[in-house]
Amino acid sequence: MNWFMLTLVGEDRPGIVAKITATLFQAGCNLGEATMARLGGNFTVMLMVQHAGTLDSLHALIDPVARELGLHAHADLIEGHLHRHLIPDVRVTVYGADRSGIVAQVTGALTAAGFNILDLQSDVGGSEANPVYIMTMEGQSRAGIEALEAALAALKRDGARDGIEVDVQPIETLIG
Amino acid sequence: MSVLEILTYPDARLKQDSTPVEHFDDALRSFVADLEETRLSGPGAVGIAAPQVGYFQRIVIVDVSQMKRPVPNHGHLILVNPEITAWDGYAVGREGCLSVPDYTGNVIRAERIHLIAFDPLGERMEFDMEGFEARAVQHEMDHLDGLLFLDRLVSKRNDLFRRKTYK
Repeated sequence: MNWFMLTLVGEDRPGIVAKITATLFQAGCNLGEATMARLGGNFTVMLMVQHAGTLDSLHALIDPVARELGLHAHADLIEGHLHRHLIPDVRVTVYGADRSGIVAQVTGALTAAGFNILDLQSDVGGSEANPVYIMTMEGQSRAGIEALEAALAALKRDGARDGIEVDVQPIETLIG
Repeated sequence: MSVLEILTYPDARLKQDSTPVEHFDDALRSFVADLEETRLSGPGAVGIAAPQVGYFQRIVIVDVSQMKRPVPNHGHLILVNPEITAWDGYAVGREGCLSVPDYTGNVIRAERIHLIAFDPLGERMEFDMEGFEARAVQHEMDHLDGLLFLDRLVSKRNDLFRRKTYK
């Protein structure tokens, strides 16, 4: 069984996940890890699929259902590995009046200070007139949280963070 | 002393209730020594509960005194027949478990608790605990009632993380 990464994108409507996963299940596929989000009103999902056939046979299976649901389907053969989660030690929250460049500036500074992003979610809230950008990230601080704080302080001094609030908090994972 | 086998989910025994300890004897103290050795043999566990090794009595060990970033704590604690008598506040925090390898998730716990327990000699103890130590005690005590942190997961997305300080 090979692992594939299946991506589906299209107009959101109820029942997509049930329909797609039923099709895969009935064809003998197995699912791994997945993430689904509604982005700008679009349905999006990234799904690890274990399938006994080829990329072509997976497409033959999924394309008719995707067409019926009005979704674009994309699949890649991947090296799939389960049971290899990394534990994040830092959570970064960013928000501010929306403008271009927030993500590039903040993640650029954090990456240079040793931050490895493991999870990122962002939304645009507020109103048409006053959009607000909100992003949360979790990751590993390979050079320590102090290095991240210093990088963000430098960004603030340069004025590159004007109007953007950034908060860095340690994540202490309890193992018990 | 010996390292005991840790039960991992979906072992049905993890869902079992544990009964109160009645005899504070050498057998209890010998088991506690094994339980502690088992905790220390794992990957950085700050606590362990007796049912995690298939011993269904109300015994937990918690020690958050060795954290890289120090937190308020009462040192190394062996808690027999523990009972939480008061809860205050709540916080979301990340938890994992020796019995649930390769997964961590967010769980809501009380921020402050008042705890009554007995030591292995049968002496009654009382504690006011907060933060990480209170979280560890609640996590371990859940095992005594057949609960895992998986039973208390909250969504990763859009969680409310209370800031410790307001600037």
